[in-house]
Amino acid sequence: MSDTGIGSAVKRREDFRFLKGIGKYTDDINQPNQTYCYFLRSPLAHATINSIDTSAAERAEGVVAVFTGEHFTEVGGIPCGWLVTGKDEKPMVEPRHPILAHGKVRHVGDPIVAVIAESLQQAKDAADKINIDYGELPAVVDMKKALEGGGTAVHDEAADNMCFDWELGDKAAVDEAFAKAHHVTKLDLVNNRLVPNAMEPRAAIGVYDMATEDYTLVTTSQNPHVIRLLMGAFVLGIPEHKLRVWAPDVGGGFGSKIYHYAEEAFVTWGAKQIGRPIKWVAERSESFLTDAHGRDHVSHVEMAFDENGKALALKTDTLANMGAYLSTFAPCIPTWLHGTLLAGQYTTPAIHCNVKAIFTNTTPVDAYRGAGRPEATYLLERIMSKAAAEMGIGQEEIRRRNFIKPDQFPYQTPVAVVYDTGDYDASMDKALELADYAGFGARKSKSAAEGKLRGVGFASYIEACGIAPSSLVGSLGARAGLYEAATVRVNPTGSVSVMTGSHSHGQGHATTFAQVVADKLGIPMDQVEIVHGDTDKVPFGMGTYGSRSLAVGGSALVNALNKIIDKGKTIAAHLMEASEGDIEFVDGTYKVKGTDKEKTFGEIALTAYVPHQYPIEQIEPGLEETAFYDPKNFTYPAGTYICEVEIDPATGQTRIDKFVAADDFGNVVNPMIVEGQVHGGLVQGIGQAMLEFAAYDENGQLQTGSFMDYTMPRADDVPSFDVTTTVTPCTHNPLGVKGCGEAGAIGAPPAVINAICDALSAYGVDHIDMPATPEKIWRAINAGEKPMAAE
Amino acid sequence: MHGFEYAKPGSLTDVGTLINDEAVFLAGGQTLIPTLKQRLASPRTVLDLSGVSELRGIHVQDGAVGIGAMTTHDEVANSSEVQSAVPALAKLAGGIGDPQVRNRGTIGGSIANNDPAADYPAAMLALGAIIMTNKRQISADEFFTGMFSTALEPGELITSIGIPVPDQAAYAKYEQRASRYALVGVFVAKTGGNVRVAVTGTGSDGVFRSAELEQALSANFTADAAKGAKLDAGNMMGDLHGSAEYRAAMVPVMAARAVEAAA
Repeated sequence: MSDTGIGSAVKRREDFRFLKGIGKYTDDINQPNQTYCYFLRSPLAHATINSIDTSAAERAEGVVAVFTGEHFTEVGGIPCGWLVTGKDEKPMVEPRHPILAHGKVRHVGDPIVAVIAESLQQAKDAADKINIDYGELPAVVDMKKALEGGGTAVHDEAADNMCFDWELGDKAAVDEAFAKAHHVTKLDLVNNRLVPNAMEPRAAIGVYDMATEDYTLVTTSQNPHVIRLLMGAFVLGIPEHKLRVWAPDVGGGFGSKIYHYAEEAFVTWGAKQIGRPIKWVAERSESFLTDAHGRDHVSHVEMAFDENGKALALKTDTLANMGAYLSTFAPCIPTWLHGTLLAGQYTTPAIHCNVKAIFTNTTPVDAYRGAGRPEATYLLERIMSKAAAEMGIGQEEIRRRNFIKPDQFPYQTPVAVVYDTGDYDASMDKALELADYAGFGARKSKSAAEGKLRGVGFASYIEACGIAPSSLVGSLGARAGLYEAATVRVNPTGSVSVMTGSHSHGQGHATTFAQVVADKLGIPMDQVEIVHGDTDKVPFGMGTYGSRSLAVGGSALVNALNKIIDKGKTIAAHLMEASEGDIEFVDGTYKVKGTDKEKTFGEIALTAYVPHQYPIEQIEPGLEETAFYDPKNFTYPAGTYICEVEIDPATGQTRIDKFVAADDFGNVVNPMIVEGQVHGGLVQGIGQAMLEFAAYDENGQLQTGSFMDYTMPRADDVPSFDVTTTVTPCTHNPLGVKGCGEAGAIGAPPAVINAICDALSAYGVDHIDMPATPEKIWRAINAGEKPMAAE
Repeated sequence: MHGFEYAKPGSLTDVGTLINDEAVFLAGGQTLIPTLKQRLASPRTVLDLSGVSELRGIHVQDGAVGIGAMTTHDEVANSSEVQSAVPALAKLAGGIGDPQVRNRGTIGGSIANNDPAADYPAAMLALGAIIMTNKRQISADEFFTGMFSTALEPGELITSIGIPVPDQAAYAKYEQRASRYALVGVFVAKTGGNVRVAVTGTGSDGVFRSAELEQALSANFTADAAKGAKLDAGNMMGDLHGSAEYRAAMVPVMAARAVEAAA
């Protein structure tokens, strides 16, 4: 292994420009003759639009054009990328999602009027002169009330506000197991709604070239080809060869920049209407109101056990909030990315999951770091720890008794998926050791002596990454394939350009993908360029989400590299007058086995482009290969997290004292980047558990619409993490990798809440909903029993 | 931001000639600038006070600390004079916002704004400060008249603050977790044997003195005495970050911590 190859903690090549502030984000890009767009948005959650008077705005200084929903009746609505079919075989209700609201607004922030002016200031001044007559309607906010109906429907197509009623698993088997159970644990819980809050707000620039009739959209996207497909084919009717989508440097996404948004379609369409480029950049308050939110489930969970603490069955009933419209992947999050993970790391033989998806007058909800898997892990890992407490079994012990053992893989779960590999005891062992679990009792006594409550919480999560086999997801309702593409272009002098469909918006692909190339071709990393994010440069791609870049995009890259190596063998055999079967490629050199004859990779590359002495009857000149990789299965990262908290009972204020993460991500290309991903995920998970909450009032107003009220975690909210990895390589992709981007956000919330509940157990507290604010904890302490005598 | 006229006077005399009824003073701008950017205010004139050197500086004499209105939080926090005369005030200033806020925000701006969750008003009230303006002197008890409301008249400008050096003082702050403003901030001061306790972040009408705590601590200046005080939740504000009941319960807890720190 070289010092830049697979497994090396190479420093991130992209960080120089990011740390120096010389990255190129959408807002850094300006077009000649550019105009500025301001969207006038609904201040109401639910209202009819009786009339819009834009006449004064149209006459205002600097205004170029003003558009309303009337202008979009001929244009497609924003499409949904996944069709979920309910248990009654009925397809989900899929209401139209217009570019600009038409006739009705359905959430605060719904765009109504687009004002285009010479400057943003002028656009805003003009927007102040627009008069909209609303007919305010009752807002549908609470999911249980939404289902009850009461005459208020977000969409006429769904009178009861239900998008679909979906189930997975064998209900009869579950009922039978519950009937003979020794112990049943029950739990009601809320998975709190979150705002993604990427550091870079969304932005879009639309450009239309009248000479060539080409459109360009510069946008903050995790998947520019997907936007080209969704917007080009379904919204605006622009064919691929006339539409370039470019997502340059993107400052974080966490899922929120997967989806196709109205603003992108508007600036692309509008640029042709006015004959000038249009730029829009979200302000932070717009991000709060219009970036798709995450989570927002309300669940009832029951789990049945035998007398030894072995799980017999699990049943879950969940209400999942879709918000006002169906965002691109919204329907698959609480269904196929949630129900399929309910086996967790356990051998639970019978599982039934019911999910009702509900429309409300709130911001649309879609995938957010983890996407369905955090919700599944939270309810499963919470109920495992609650059951352990009820049955008097240790949190680690109940998990061990239920773990799928290494010799049981591949393991068919009762919820459709097949785990390829894993060793759950190994990560538990490593986590226990790092956490100094043996010393917990002493630390608890020390806390007690200082008047503090200490608790420990476990979470053994599993997730499904590397999405996904196209035929499988197609059968589940996906309206796209989920392969990935890579092109490897070896330049004549031996340097390499990689065009990958994976998109990096913080993940560090410029480093990790280059490490893979350097490792496979035996060339220095500085000879490798990673190109992504531009449909004009990259042949095709499905983008980055679901921790799929290395598992799927990296596999496409390896396959393309193998084609390059193979073609090089043919050239090398010809040059060295040897049989192709006698050529081996080692450390960047083609060698004839058993001889001292060899050619460097650079010599072969040059020969491919200067084919004077060349096997021209066999192969074409040039050295460039493309591979599309369609995964054979999901990958299944898993691990155990242990969290230790200390609570001040006088205030309920809680400090995380220790947090240990032992993850199995399969093989690791860059351990430093993996550790960074885990840290980031853990902070987001801890944020969900203790701090973050997108709260709506009964009128559908977002109460936490700025950083003054929405608590983003900060450095001093989290401890110094102890993270480590164990390795069982993925069995079905060439790098043996599983994906590491979401694990922290998936495993942390139940570990934190389990620790808090453990600390409060002396007060008879067995559940605290997220976010576990000091007041909630203080109230639980004061409502509870008096603490039992110190152990 | 709406358009406005901008003026940068070089002296208090210049300020006097530039004042008009639709003018606002720009001190550190930590509240005004965001308000302007959100188009929530449209003053005709913004008078930038950063060029008025008479408004800056810290002096200790005759048992009192004088602080110019345009003195930044960072300057107060790092002033050796404040640190030795009223360490609680230096510590309070060092805990406002973040370094960016502390390098821009000023004591005069904070007091004039009287945000119900700001730190300085509690210190002023508990320390019995005198607010000096271009027209008069106002005692802290008379100055703070309710949430975002002060005794300042239109065109009246705080020039400096005078603080009697206390025997003992400390500030304990329970931070609202998102904004890190005070959810409950309690400033306890004993000056010339008199105990004054002021509470910020909590009152339904802004900063207030707690009679319950002053009574308890006058009788017995101990943490336990503070813990025993009971405050009426009916006078507290409540929001997502803490109900009125919770805030009322946290005041004695933070007061006790302040007393411990003051010892």
